[in-house]
Amino acid sequence: MIEIKNLSKSLGNKQVLKDIAFNLPKGGISSIIGPNGAGKSTLLCLMARLLSLDSGSVAFDGLDIAKTRDDTLAKKISILTQSNAISSRLSVEQLVMFGRFPHHRGRPRLADEEFVTIMLELMELTDIRFDFIDELSGGQQQRAFIAMILAQDTDYILLDEPLNNLDMKHARNIMKTLKDVADNMNKTIILVIHDINFAAHYSDYFIGLKQGEIIVRGDVDTVLTQSQIKLIYDIDVSINIINNKKHIFYYS
Amino acid sequence: MFKSDRNTLISLGLLSITFIILFLTYNVGGSWSFALAFRGKKLVVLVLIAIAIATSTILFHTATQNRIITPSIMGFDALFIFIQTVLLFFMGAIQFISFEGIAKFLVEMGVMVSVFLAMFYWLFLRGNRSVYLLALTGIILGIFFRSLVNFIFRILDPNSFAVLQSELFSSFNAVETNLIFIAAPMIIACLFFVYLLRYKLEIIALGKNTAVALGVNYRATVFAMLAIIAILVAVSTALVGPITFFGLLVSHLAYQITKHQNHLNLIIISSLIAICTLVGGQFIFEKLLNMQATLSIVIECIGGITFLLILMRAHKK
Amino acid sequence: MLLKYTLALISILILFTTSLFVGVGELNISGYLNGSHEQELIMLASRLPRSFAVVLTGSALAIVGVIMQKVAHNKFVEPTTAGTMDSAALGILVASILMPQSSLMAKMLVATGFSLVGSWVFLRILKHLPITNPLLVPLVGIMLGGVIGSVAGFIAYEADLIQYLSIWISGDFSGILRGRYEMLWLTFGLSIGAYLIADQLTIIGMGKNISLNLGLNYRAITSLGLIIVSMVTAIIVATVGMIPFIGLIIPNLVNRFVGDDLRQALPIIAYVGGCLTLLCDIAGRLIIFPYEVPVSTIVGVTGSLAFIFLLLKRDTNV
Repeated sequence: MIEIKNLSKSLGNKQVLKDIAFNLPKGGISSIIGPNGAGKSTLLCLMARLLSLDSGSVAFDGLDIAKTRDDTLAKKISILTQSNAISSRLSVEQLVMFGRFPHHRGRPRLADEEFVTIMLELMELTDIRFDFIDELSGGQQQRAFIAMILAQDTDYILLDEPLNNLDMKHARNIMKTLKDVADNMNKTIILVIHDINFAAHYSDYFIGLKQGEIIVRGDVDTVLTQSQIKLIYDIDVSINIINNKKHIFYYS
Repeated sequence: MFKSDRNTLISLGLLSITFIILFLTYNVGGSWSFALAFRGKKLVVLVLIAIAIATSTILFHTATQNRIITPSIMGFDALFIFIQTVLLFFMGAIQFISFEGIAKFLVEMGVMVSVFLAMFYWLFLRGNRSVYLLALTGIILGIFFRSLVNFIFRILDPNSFAVLQSELFSSFNAVETNLIFIAAPMIIACLFFVYLLRYKLEIIALGKNTAVALGVNYRATVFAMLAIIAILVAVSTALVGPITFFGLLVSHLAYQITKHQNHLNLIIISSLIAICTLVGGQFIFEKLLNMQATLSIVIECIGGITFLLILMRAHKK
Repeated sequence: MLLKYTLALISILILFTTSLFVGVGELNISGYLNGSHEQELIMLASRLPRSFAVVLTGSALAIVGVIMQKVAHNKFVEPTTAGTMDSAALGILVASILMPQSSLMAKMLVATGFSLVGSWVFLRILKHLPITNPLLVPLVGIMLGGVIGSVAGFIAYEADLIQYLSIWISGDFSGILRGRYEMLWLTFGLSIGAYLIADQLTIIGMGKNISLNLGLNYRAITSLGLIIVSMVTAIIVATVGMIPFIGLIIPNLVNRFVGDDLRQALPIIAYVGGCLTLLCDIAGRLIIFPYEVPVSTIVGVTGSLAFIFLLLKRDTNV
């Protein structure tokens, strides 16, 4: 379970997050949604201790992130931030193996290698496992990074815009994989996601953020309604149900 | 045209004259005629260098449309020393002893201008390269030329290292006063051509497209400017050796204090600043503080810090 | 794989042996094997130390270069393009003025402190630069080095130590003798230290976020890396003098072929660094035999050319 208590954060003079508090049960996919500048990425980074808290606390299964060692946390939570323009020349396989680093601390065992092989397969990277990531397309890079994060095998997985740079096929496949991982391996996945229909399709839980405050949270039926979306994004949408799933039309 | 900057010009002019008088007359111990002749020559050299570096830097900024790189940052003074060395190498090899003085200097100038134009073409006119790439390439080119000069000197004469030292390090105490009679006319001729080009310079500063649209022969004008820059760089390097950041320092001071930024104003003001810095600095360090040959080091230090600040401020905007 | 290792071993052995028998003093293999005492002296007092010094310096500089590239997230950074070398030279100068009687070890420690501060200042400045323009980083570093160098020049001039300073500035192995180079073996130990944290350094190179995500103490690893860099730089500047670009060219050359995973690449970087520096030093001894061209000049010419090539090759995406 994730417990967040009166969390606030200012960057510069601007207060980005105000008094955020919520609990998330274990399991499933949660999506943080909201307009640009709402503080979504900041919230994710704070939860993953990439930024320091101004006030409040975050705890995963009772582990307070401010009081727990970094290497312990690395086996509990993993995060993929948005821009990972790294200049290193690593092969895909090497990169994914670094996801195992918190477990093997520099001495990979057979089990680690097997794990990496599975993740490469899962992210459809097996064919390009020996290619250098700086020579891959943006989408391939993104998949390699997600494979690295999954290889870390943590209970909680935080992904900021995981569908960045991905085409339709790979975006869908990755969401399917994430759903699969969440359901069958009992992981808790938290996404920041812009494509609201992907969120609608695959998410179990939603957190609507606007101007640094949570204005609504809950399941599909609570959050993805015309009125709530109007509240969050300030636009009128129509919602249709196709194959038992909500489709939000906001194009016209 | 000078109206808005009249006060600046007058005060810089007065300051220059004050430093010049101080430089010439301060603490003359023995024979006045000897001291004046001796110091006079040195003064002329300092003033020539000041004008050459200030003018070439401002022109270079206009020709390349940026205010970060200067001829010396691009390694062009090292290029001149390299050319000198190579010529020395080959002339030495074919025993061309009679080849001295003015003729030698003119050949050096000729080669410098051609190589400079070729390098400029190679670096600037092919492809759209960022100013940082150019600056970095230039600095490394400078290191390359210096190492090569070092190398050639080693081969020429493995025992004497001292000659090389004086070639590669600038010193305002050991200026080459015997070159005055060649250097002065060349600099004056360059300034004359700059004066002729003064209106075109304003248009070149607006960029290639605008200049072409306004009917200026862009390519010819820029090449004329580059030839002038090459000669000015060569003359100042021949007189005193390489000084990397002096041009940057005085040009940016001039950009700061000049209100009406046409080229005539900028060149005059930056030249005056350069004269004040060199003559005044030399007076203070040599005569007042009795420190020998430290002015160039101080200028390099302050100039380097200025360059760092300019780089960091350029990106903040 | 075995073939590669054998070839690598043979080529460095050939280079090393060549290095042993190239020089002004008469030394030939048959004479040496016949057990001439004089020949043995030349070998043990001069040639062997020199050859070891060259290999140690070359490989340590290459390793230090790649560490800096990881720490600064920029592949154009190395001790001469980050102000580290100049800081070390300034440190030795200051130590020589303030405590002229002290041992070389003590002076070296002062130099380490100075280059540590220099690298730290460099990293502080980097924080204010945009990561989108990687060329700004070496540019700023070279300038910083220039400023520190001119401060050193000023002090040296006033203290009448210009001669000494120019010895430290221009790297040269011709002065290496037994008893004057042994400190360089410390760089070997430091290189082993770098290898022990190779994974951590690779992760640091992927950025702060990924490092934190993988549970690394980013600041501690960065500091550790910088300490290794500073100590190696100080030792090399104190014993051999400044040698530019090795730390820049070798890692960029090696990563073309084997990538940036330091666990794999570090030994290769060290190997190539040692070999190429040996080659440069042998060339320097042969070109104007019986005189010598200092290794810093040879490396300055070839290294700057290689650097320019690296820069202009990628100019399409700058």
